[in-house]
Amino acid sequence: MNTNNKHIILKTKNLTIGYSAKKVQTVVASNINIELHKGELIGLVGANGIGKSTLLRTLTNVQSSLSGEIFINSKFLSQFNNIELAKTLSLVLTEQITSKNLSVFELVALGRQPYTNWIGNLSKNDIEIIIQSIKQTNIEGLKNKKCFELSDGQLQKVMIARALAQDTDLIILDEPTTHLDMYHKAYILKLLQKLVKDTNKTILFSSHEIDLAIQLCDKLIVMVKDSTVIDTPKNHIKQGTFNLLFPKDLIVFDENSAAFKIK
Amino acid sequence: MKTNYRYSFLILSIILLFCFFTNISLGSVSIPIKDVFNSLIGVSTSNESWQYIVQNYRLPKAFTAILVGSGLGISGLMMQTLFRNPLAGPFVLGITSGASLGVALIIMGASIFGGALAGLLISKWSIVIAASLGSFLVLLAVLIVSSRVRDTMAILIIGLMFGSITAAVVSVLSYFSSAEQLQQYIFWGFGSLGNLSWSELLIFFIIYCFGIVLSIISTKGLNTLLLGENYAKSLGLNIKKSRLLIIIATSLLAGTITAFAGPIAFIGLAIPHLTRQIFNTSNHKILLPAVFLFGAIVMLICDSIAQLPTSDYTLPINAITSLIGAPVIIWLLVRKRKMIF
Repeated sequence: MNTNNKHIILKTKNLTIGYSAKKVQTVVASNINIELHKGELIGLVGANGIGKSTLLRTLTNVQSSLSGEIFINSKFLSQFNNIELAKTLSLVLTEQITSKNLSVFELVALGRQPYTNWIGNLSKNDIEIIIQSIKQTNIEGLKNKKCFELSDGQLQKVMIARALAQDTDLIILDEPTTHLDMYHKAYILKLLQKLVKDTNKTILFSSHEIDLAIQLCDKLIVMVKDSTVIDTPKNHIKQGTFNLLFPKDLIVFDENSAAFKIK
Repeated sequence: MKTNYRYSFLILSIILLFCFFTNISLGSVSIPIKDVFNSLIGVSTSNESWQYIVQNYRLPKAFTAILVGSGLGISGLMMQTLFRNPLAGPFVLGITSGASLGVALIIMGASIFGGALAGLLISKWSIVIAASLGSFLVLLAVLIVSSRVRDTMAILIIGLMFGSITAAVVSVLSYFSSAEQLQQYIFWGFGSLGNLSWSELLIFFIIYCFGIVLSIISTKGLNTLLLGENYAKSLGLNIKKSRLLIIIATSLLAGTITAFAGPIAFIGLAIPHLTRQIFNTSNHKILLPAVFLFGAIVMLICDSIAQLPTSDYTLPINAITSLIGAPVIIWLLVRKRKMIF
């Protein structure tokens, strides 16, 4: 129970997420109460269409919540201005970057934008942080390559380095392992685990790699119909949460191997 | 990193100076190079009229070429980044057609809407204001419509559609105008660098500077936009503000250029691509000055060709830029796999 003493980075209180259009509210998930602490790797799992993306979009202020509160570093999310939020929260999205003609160094350097002056000149300190981020993500060999020369796995590492260079307490990644092979899926998630240890940042990612997430994450947010629970993977297994994730006709969760099996 | 480019910038600047002097040395009247330089530094020449030609005709024309080429190149660069489309440019997105509509309304519409005002309205300044206003409104319309569609190709088509609408309105106006007005409008459409006096050039230069300053301020935002709008937002960029800044800069540059020099085709689209091919970067801190130099150089060369040195004829500058610009676009499409954007 010592996690309770840790600094809370993100907290939601009775959060309801969804869409509202023309006064009609479509609730995707409600009654979400989660706390993310400093230096934790948190996975967000759930079936397709359960609202993972909506939750991430709401937590990152891309879309507004229907009701409830979100606090980042004990401050209302809505009270952050653009730059403050950019210095607290960085993102790795599923979308492709527009210009792949950027070199890896230039792309990672763009992570320093919230800190640079009006024209975007990099200070010595900025360059140090960029080089450090490149080192921490093991992409030194790619530094001078153009983004269009990279494989999907390499590009994902570069995007993570960019988020790292933004130097925020919280990094949120939306499905960082899609399009990757099994090795690179494990590699990216392992890298995230290492970064949490090295930098003491909080990293939240959504993923469909439930078995990998169980092995690597400190906490898991499991989204099932009508409830969103955050707990350690062990407790989730104990309480049988994973069995609620999917319809039971095809796959079942095997507690001994902590993985899904074909029925 | 910048030291790699210092060399290229030095060479480009030398080429620019060379083109500048070549441009001034050439013209329908052949003036010995020695006398050209003498008139530039104010030393009396063997022929009084030579000095007049160089100082009051060729020199302002060369400066106009520099402003037009660099301004169109830069506005094209900004449009391509903002719209995430390598085929965007002031011309494709309807800014130029907006300016044409403004000018057409002033030249030809004046007689329709108020006969007495016609004479008063057609001054250089009313044309400048009409062109700027027209280009700003059309670009704004394109942007508002394009904020509803996410598809970049759709944005391009919307820009072309606005171009068609303005062209249609211009046709209707032409139908009701006199031959004289029509000729005035068509000559404006040929584009011309040589019509400006020093005082007009000064006004042109001041507005151009505003546009350039806004472009420089936009540099950081443009670089952030290379990641796409969602990433740019997550980096703390105020998308709406940057977008507006870029639009104002573009409409100031493209609008005034079109107003003073007519609708110059293709430069805005082709120069940024040429520059990217040679500098191989997407960083606007490098691209902006490089596009400036390239635009100015190409425009000076085009103008030198359009003069048909030693002959009495001057070709429409618009024809020359298209003759050079269109093959560039075709060349780019053919080698699309390596296109840098």
